[in-house]
Amino acid sequence: MSSAEIYKEIILDYYRHPRNYGKLEKTDGSARETNPLCGDDVEIQFSVADGKFGEIRYSGKGCAISQASTSMLTELAKGKQVEWVKELSKEDVFKMLGNPELGPARVKCALLGMKALKVAAYGYLGSKFEENNGSDS
Amino acid sequence: MLKSEALNVEKVRADFPILNRKVHGKRLVYLDNAATTQKPNVVIDTLVDYYSRYNANAHRSVHTLGEEATAAFEGARKTVSRFVGASSPEELIFVKGTTDATNLVRFAWAEKNVKRGDTIVTTLMEHHSNIVPWQLVAKKKGAEVKYVGLNKDGTLKMDEFEDAIRESPALVAVTQCSNVLGTINDVARICRLAHEAGAVSLVDGAQSAPHMPVDISKLGTDFFAFSAHKMMGPTGIGALYGRKSLLEGMDPFEGGGDMIKEVHTSGATWNDLPYKFEAGTSNIAGAIGFGSAANYLSEIGMDKVRRHEVELLEYALENLSKVKGMTIYGPEDADQRGGVLSFNLSDVHPHDLATILDERGIAIRSGHHCAQPLMEWLEVPATSRASFYVYNSFDDVDSLKEGLEKANEMFGA
Ligand SMILES: Cc1ncc(COP(=O)(O)O)c(C=O)c1O
Repeated sequence: MSSAEIYKEIILDYYRHPRNYGKLEKTDGSARETNPLCGDDVEIQFSVADGKFGEIRYSGKGCAISQASTSMLTELAKGKQVEWVKELSKEDVFKMLGNPELGPARVKCALLGMKALKVAAYGYLGSKFEENNGSDS
Repeated sequence: MLKSEALNVEKVRADFPILNRKVHGKRLVYLDNAATTQKPNVVIDTLVDYYSRYNANAHRSVHTLGEEATAAFEGARKTVSRFVGASSPEELIFVKGTTDATNLVRFAWAEKNVKRGDTIVTTLMEHHSNIVPWQLVAKKKGAEVKYVGLNKDGTLKMDEFEDAIRESPALVAVTQCSNVLGTINDVARICRLAHEAGAVSLVDGAQSAPHMPVDISKLGTDFFAFSAHKMMGPTGIGALYGRKSLLEGMDPFEGGGDMIKEVHTSGATWNDLPYKFEAGTSNIAGAIGFGSAANYLSEIGMDKVRRHEVELLEYALENLSKVKGMTIYGPEDADQRGGVLSFNLSDVHPHDLATILDERGIAIRSGHHCAQPLMEWLEVPATSRASFYVYNSFDDVDSLKEGLEKANEMFGA
């Protein structure tokens, strides 16, 4: 295993040139996740239109793997049904990163963005559910 | 190739079987010695010898094996107490390590002696094990923890320290050598000032005892804590030195076997020092291995260990500072610091750097090093840290430098 295998060009590219980096003025869902061991810190925010992810942004700091995977996830999610996160798996994230050979310590970095996205999306779906069912329950 | 003037590194390296190991097909360059150190054959053999020839409980059995185990265990206590210049072996309590030692002081001394409104003085460069116990005591007793700040170069602000001890603190707890900055504190002076102010002193020796000559009788500290695993010994064993007059006034904080003199249904009387603080069956193998490690280091000579690390540090400070984007923390003068080098490399995150270096067989540490107040002071979430020991060579520093340059290249710096 060589560095080139973990640090696929795609990871370095997204780390150097983050896509969808920043914050939104109006959000329908958001979540922040941290990894105290690394000091990795990501926040995902999104707006929803027609049940789909509209605008989506992330912000934070940390290692290349956490930042790149979060950035790539925002691109992947954009335009998809919010419900889609239910199907999103670890394997999808690894595949998106080019299947690098990550040790257990670094897997957490790779999955931090997915965790934030899921927490944010489930939060949104939960509040929608309450809005639709809450009044007569 | 550059050669150390202090000692024959090749000869030392031959004593450490792990250094022959390949990592990702590369020569192991082990630069994580502040976290834990590698073990020489003599220490490994000592453990095997104990378990294969005279394994028995110490202090309890009168048969041959029991007597041999007790003799070896108490022999190790003598060796280790001599190694750090304690005036008598009864002042040396075997514990699990530095963290266990500071917590012993917390429970057996501080909880009894720290009063409401008291202060406990520590510093911003401490390891969590020399902060959290005091925060807990302070919370329980209504006392306050004061943190002495640092100068830009990572040395202690002695004027702040002097201000802090004007309030007659109950306890002054300071590290002799920072595990992040490498800063060596003048603990002899700190302990003297602490005593003049009526405070009890505790020195964290986790990073000093392994790397430089330590003489507790000259430091004048009341408590001194250190870990075997950071000085070539086994994990799970360490020692707390305590001044006899203080230890005598303290109650044990763990009750059980070995720590009592007599137990009746109506109560118990405490055993003599140091056994009063060693409840239950001790880590006998660990202690014997600890003694063996101390002997090994003494044979090399602690002044030589220190001189070799200063040579490595000078070489590393000079060469690594040339790498593009390097920020090195701590005192600039190698004489004023231990063999610990914390740094950040341009915008390469320490964890990325550690992974890149690992693939080249180089082991460094990345993270907050259990010193988050210090990270806050440095205003970084994490640093990378290379830390040396006697078996490290100038080649190791060269390998590290190449690795750093490679990381720069990958990250486009
Ligand atoms: C300065 C310092 N103090 C205390 C400790 C804690 O030592 P241990 O984990 O052996 O209890 C360490 C080790 O990480 C250290 O570097």
